[in-house]
Amino acid sequence: MAQDRKTTKTQELVYEMKVDQVMTRDVVTVRPETPMSRLREVFREKRISGAPVVDDDRLVGIISLEDFIEWLYAREENSVVETKMTTDVDILFGDEPLVHAVSRFAESGFGRFAVVDRASGRLVGVITKGDVVAGLLRKLEVDYHEEEVHRYRASRLLEDILAIGTTLCFEYDVEGQNFDRGGESSSRLKRTLKGLGLHPDTVRRVAIAAYEAEMNVIVFTEGGTIAVRIDRDRITVDVADSGPGIPDIEKALQPGFSTAPQWVRDLGFGAGMGLHNIRNCSDDLAIESAPGEGTRLTITFLTGGASEAG
Amino acid sequence: MKLAEIVDKLDLKVRTADGALETEVRGGYASDLMSDVIAHAERGCLWVTLQIHQNVVAVASLKELAGIVLVNGREPEEGTLERAESENIPILVSPLPAFDVIGQLYEMGIAGGTD
Repeated sequence: MAQDRKTTKTQELVYEMKVDQVMTRDVVTVRPETPMSRLREVFREKRISGAPVVDDDRLVGIISLEDFIEWLYAREENSVVETKMTTDVDILFGDEPLVHAVSRFAESGFGRFAVVDRASGRLVGVITKGDVVAGLLRKLEVDYHEEEVHRYRASRLLEDILAIGTTLCFEYDVEGQNFDRGGESSSRLKRTLKGLGLHPDTVRRVAIAAYEAEMNVIVFTEGGTIAVRIDRDRITVDVADSGPGIPDIEKALQPGFSTAPQWVRDLGFGAGMGLHNIRNCSDDLAIESAPGEGTRLTITFLTGGASEAG
Repeated sequence: MKLAEIVDKLDLKVRTADGALETEVRGGYASDLMSDVIAHAERGCLWVTLQIHQNVVAVASLKELAGIVLVNGREPEEGTLERAESENIPILVSPLPAFDVIGQLYEMGIAGGTD
């Protein structure tokens, strides 16, 4: 199923992020020679229920509240941590993906793991389930924020450019008679306009007109160009070819009128709707044409200022 | 209704973009004329046609359609397959004629959607 292959953003992050990105670095540790009687204040003051035992920065064991209670119960005097700690410590390396931590939590049922630097063997932190959740949330928030900033910048960029009276221009070449590349230029134009953060409705209207014009150039001519110009309050699409030209423009604008050859009609083109569609989705369509000379369409879309961007 | 559900019920063969079947189908449109589809099909529609050349992908992508159903067992051309994959447009194939496919869709509650 397609659904099973979809990974959520969280799943992706769990593989991407490393243990040392979410662990707690500021760890309360005790030394092997710390007296057991000291643990009472350490645990109480720091509000923790266990601590790694560290000798010369190296992790040698872990001592928990449970070990402390056992010691109290046995009423042994003057013991040191070293004699009561667990030495068979479950650890994670800082460079392991977070997903390892998640599965180790699930397998072991432990609430925390000591995190050790793989190269030096030094204790670098502690990771709890809470750290994993908090780390993921933090990262999701940062990503979301960055995306928002990016979107905002894209739309502002366009506004800023247009505000100082600059215009943006793009030009696409259209190869005549090549049906296999039909719609390529208008697809590219659509992506570009989308990327600039123009309103989706505007993008759709411009893309439809550009597509119809592009197909006309492909069907009827030896090739031409689509030039797009973005001003503050309008988008102008200028489509020019070098022939054969339209003998009767009024007629060509009538829905259903077509001079397309049969093979073109068999492909579902040449229904005589192209110019009609262009006129319908634009705010203005101007056609200059003379038989044997070529055709130039100037299609205008009013955007009401770049403030609609976004 | 999800496209995957339609694929299942109508027993359509998925030829491209099988990762895009979770799309919500908002209606249907049937036509073999490109300009007609451009003028009238609504975004999110499922398009029933017998055209198999790659311009169907350009039109579907342009109009942001949910997918294309090819009727009469017609298979998409090689270029159509490639383009549909890259544009992530599902192409589905049915052995039935258009009339029957549309009838089944209509019975499932997919109504004609036009702008």
